[in-house]
Amino acid sequence: MDLAFTPELKAFRAEAREWLDANVPAEPLPSLDTKEGFALHREWERKLNDGRWAMVPWPVEYGGRGANLIEWLVFEEEYYRAGAPNRVNQNGIFLLGPTLMEYGSDEQKARFLPKIASSEEVWAQGWSEPNAGSDMAAIRSTARREGDHFIINGQKTWASRGAFADWLFCIFRTDPESQRHRGLTFILVPLDAPGVTVRPIPQLDGETGFAEVFFEDAKVHTENQLGEEGGGWKVAMATAGFERGLMLRSPARFQATAARLVELYRKIGGDADPALRDAVARAWVNAEAYCLNTYQTASRLIAGGSIGSEASLNKIFWSEMDVQMHETALSLLGARAELLAHAPEAGDVGNWLDGYLFSLAGPIYAGTNEIQRNVIAERLLGLPR
Amino acid sequence: MDFTFSEDHEMFRESVRGLLDRECTADAVRALWDTDSGRSNELWSKLTELGLFGLMAPESDGGLAMNEVDLVLPLIETGYAAVPGPVVECAAVAVPLLRDLGDTKLSGKWLPAIAAGEAVATVGHDANQFVADAHIADLLLLPHEGTLHAVDGAAVKATHQPTNDPSRRLYTIDWSPSETTCIARGDGAHSLLSDALDRGAWGCAAQLLGVAQRMVDIAVLYATQREQFGKPIGSFQAIKHLLANVQVKIEFAKPLLYRAANSLAEGADTRSADVSQAKAVAGEAASLGAKTSLQVHGAIGYTWECDLQIWMKRAWSLELAWGSTAWHRARVAEAVIDGKLPARSFGFEPR
Repeated sequence: MDLAFTPELKAFRAEAREWLDANVPAEPLPSLDTKEGFALHREWERKLNDGRWAMVPWPVEYGGRGANLIEWLVFEEEYYRAGAPNRVNQNGIFLLGPTLMEYGSDEQKARFLPKIASSEEVWAQGWSEPNAGSDMAAIRSTARREGDHFIINGQKTWASRGAFADWLFCIFRTDPESQRHRGLTFILVPLDAPGVTVRPIPQLDGETGFAEVFFEDAKVHTENQLGEEGGGWKVAMATAGFERGLMLRSPARFQATAARLVELYRKIGGDADPALRDAVARAWVNAEAYCLNTYQTASRLIAGGSIGSEASLNKIFWSEMDVQMHETALSLLGARAELLAHAPEAGDVGNWLDGYLFSLAGPIYAGTNEIQRNVIAERLLGLPR
Repeated sequence: MDFTFSEDHEMFRESVRGLLDRECTADAVRALWDTDSGRSNELWSKLTELGLFGLMAPESDGGLAMNEVDLVLPLIETGYAAVPGPVVECAAVAVPLLRDLGDTKLSGKWLPAIAAGEAVATVGHDANQFVADAHIADLLLLPHEGTLHAVDGAAVKATHQPTNDPSRRLYTIDWSPSETTCIARGDGAHSLLSDALDRGAWGCAAQLLGVAQRMVDIAVLYATQREQFGKPIGSFQAIKHLLANVQVKIEFAKPLLYRAANSLAEGADTRSADVSQAKAVAGEAASLGAKTSLQVHGAIGYTWECDLQIWMKRAWSLELAWGSTAWHRARVAEAVIDGKLPARSFGFEPR
């Protein structure tokens, strides 16, 4: 055990800090769930990629820096310190990218990864269907092979970023006789393909953060199949593992929120309910615990270990911590907590309300926390199914 | 940067676990409860042979010259097995205190004896109203109005204060501080006592996580065997989710505990705040573990006969020892919000 940052890591941190300080937009960008905001976020991603900061752990040939996971964590710390924009292509860079590296052919890697890194192609995720939510193996949308194409029919829903994205990664039932987890295939679908219709769905905050996608004899080339035909579940689980595990929610995001919460308390917490002081300290400690846990996992992975069902522990922890942090902030703000950021009297209430609404999605997306608790109980603790 | 334990660390943990699996069963703990001292010299000797008590003593005093990072996994195991006696006070507090004292006459007398299992030490502190397991101590390290004293077991009168946990007996001590018993005063005593509190709290946090894991494991076993409505109760989500919640608490307390071990070993300026974070979350994990495991057991868990009580009582007593969960949480708030003691985020530096 050696918890010191080496001179190399310090130099890497300094380089990232310098670039971010010089390039991060001075004013926050408009929400990426609006058309204008989406375009500006894509523009930011291009700039990030030009500096080779879009995906630091990726190999150099795909636009990365070949950084290890610890270096990636350091970069993330600097990214959140700089208050840089949210990652509009997070589905591509954190989820599909690692999946492509594990399951993609060389041609697929060369075709897709650089455009993910540059966000020339922004990705949405197509798992859920109207009748396949937590029970994801119940999916019914089909892909039928006809020559060198798949003919796709059915519907996907809750596709995050779907309203403005270019591509969707999905699993479809390719074997009509199959049941449950078998007979599914992972397919990459361009959203401008004939027979594909995207219908944006306004979310709780009124913005179109996700979409439903309809397929009516949509035609997609078979070269867009990722992994084996019928082996889609395994590929999808790898993607879900990245989502729940290490990549989607890096710890610095929560450490930054905890630091802002401490600042808020110092400013307005003096007369607040003393229980809120405790809640602020709790939030800060939770962010530390999550960070240290991630460094542990990263160290283990670097040493050749792997991440399995423990990813479910992570997903529960970060999502519930995020809700607790924002609830605490809203309690501190008191009656002003309900003001939207553009209200004339909003003043310094900031974006805590937006953050709260977003945090409430955390225990639902990437597999509900109830499903994660089942995974922990059955696979880690060994309780009977 | 490497946040993993070495193979040697894992092997040390395995050997302690193996010994305790054999020698410190629930039946053995219960049998000890019924003896006069409540403590087993034999078990203590065997743990000594593995190097547990001399671990942090210098090699010249018969120790292993190791630190808190080396001790943390074995300490968790002593919680997992609910080892009765002042393991934390002796191995994690008294030994490094004697090491750091700079009084080679005193440390040269006691450290080799502790490392050889010939002497047991315990420690008093203003954070604790009572002294743990003073009845078996050959050496007591006691504070008195800002000074620190080393007192022979034979020179004190210990009065038992019966408590809920027979594995951790508490005593009030009648003793006479004097020039000859005094081993440190002023800043020296203050610093030694401050480190003693941090190490005591950290040691309890380690044991608490072992205790919490044991309660989960006991409940999982029970829920797998016990059937109602024609199925093992562990197949019901109501039970699964309760136990998963405890496991989440345990898993995210561990890295705070390990970081605190590292901060203590390095003498980092943040060590007090780091220890308080670990003690607070470990206390919560064990407290939730006790409630949850009891609930999963139902009425049988509420009996004297059920072994769960051994660990529930450890959870409750250790949660109060060396600063309660609430005390440590308040200290974290003082560090993080008020800046009264140093605390820093790991990696992330706010603007």
